[in-house]
Amino acid sequence: MAENPMPQNAMPQNVMPLWEVFIRSRTGMAHRHAGSVHAPDAEMALQAARDTYTRRGEGLSLWVVPSAAIIASDPADKAEFFEPTAEKIYRHPTFYEIPPEVGHM
Amino acid sequence: MTTITLAEPPRVLHALRLADTTLVLGHRLSEWTGQAPMLEEELALANMGLDLIGQARALYTHAAALDGQGRTEDDLAYFRDAPQYRNLLLAEQPNGDFAQTMLRQFLYAAFALPFWNAMAASADAVLAAIAAKAEKEMAYHQRHSAAWVVRLGDGTAESHARLRAALDALWPFTGEMFEVDEAERGLIAQGIAIDPAALRPAWEASIARVFAEATLPLPAAGRWMQSGGHHGRHGEHLGHLLAVMQSLPRAYPDARW
Repeated sequence: MAENPMPQNAMPQNVMPLWEVFIRSRTGMAHRHAGSVHAPDAEMALQAARDTYTRRGEGLSLWVVPSAAIIASDPADKAEFFEPTAEKIYRHPTFYEIPPEVGHM
Repeated sequence: MTTITLAEPPRVLHALRLADTTLVLGHRLSEWTGQAPMLEEELALANMGLDLIGQARALYTHAAALDGQGRTEDDLAYFRDAPQYRNLLLAEQPNGDFAQTMLRQFLYAAFALPFWNAMAASADAVLAAIAAKAEKEMAYHQRHSAAWVVRLGDGTAESHARLRAALDALWPFTGEMFEVDEAERGLIAQGIAIDPAALRPAWEASIARVFAEATLPLPAAGRWMQSGGHHGRHGEHLGHLLAVMQSLPRAYPDARW
């Protein structure tokens, strides 16, 4: 097989960088991930996020973050990252008895 | 229903000019649907088109009320021919490439933003209310189109050349925005219309600022300008636009959503 002349992860010239979009809704406290957009730079990414994800009054605040800046866990690490917590049920607050006069917490 | 021609006392004519300009430009932007260079711009163009068509609906409804003949917004939009259309020539110019569409949007938005800002103080309460809403929309149109003008002008040799070609094509249609005729002079005196000539310094400042950043040469002052859209004298393109836009209601006049 011929060697690929393009280094791995290099963005082809005609593809714009990807940005992750976070929106704080009218009722929400925190920004939540909404999706992603392509844009040439930060200002255009913000406008693309506005045009793509806030058309129906969804948001009061927007964040955009270069997708390349996100450090993600490796799916191959699932076993060591997440499985050890599965049997540690004592970490859930389900063993406390709540006095009836407290009602719903 | 056949083609209608309105009597056009100044207030009706004034409202029609604004309505026709916003509808024609909004329709032009809608022509990008399914053809934009990227999904994000597809939505941006459609959003801006819908803003303008929304403004047009309110303005046609107002024009129909001033006309007082029981006509609707749809009658005015769909059953007048090109010679009855009173839009700015700039609005009807073809989309061309993405650079031409964005430059056309910027040249218009840089005018429409201070225009609606001033119209918010109109003695006509309906126009003032439409203006207050339109001003916010045009602020975003200016921001978005200016951002693209800067990036295309100061981008690659190809994008710069395309923007230059768009500027040559569109610049002669910018003078018409600042024209005032006898009909409007009376409305300006009554505080219903505003004098667009007063907006020229603000428009020129926006153009100069963005063109400088876009490395785009500022056309020399005093160049010959096209005129006539406000009086129904249009180029060859408007008839084709209306043929597409009006075909359905003309074929099925009673069609409903």
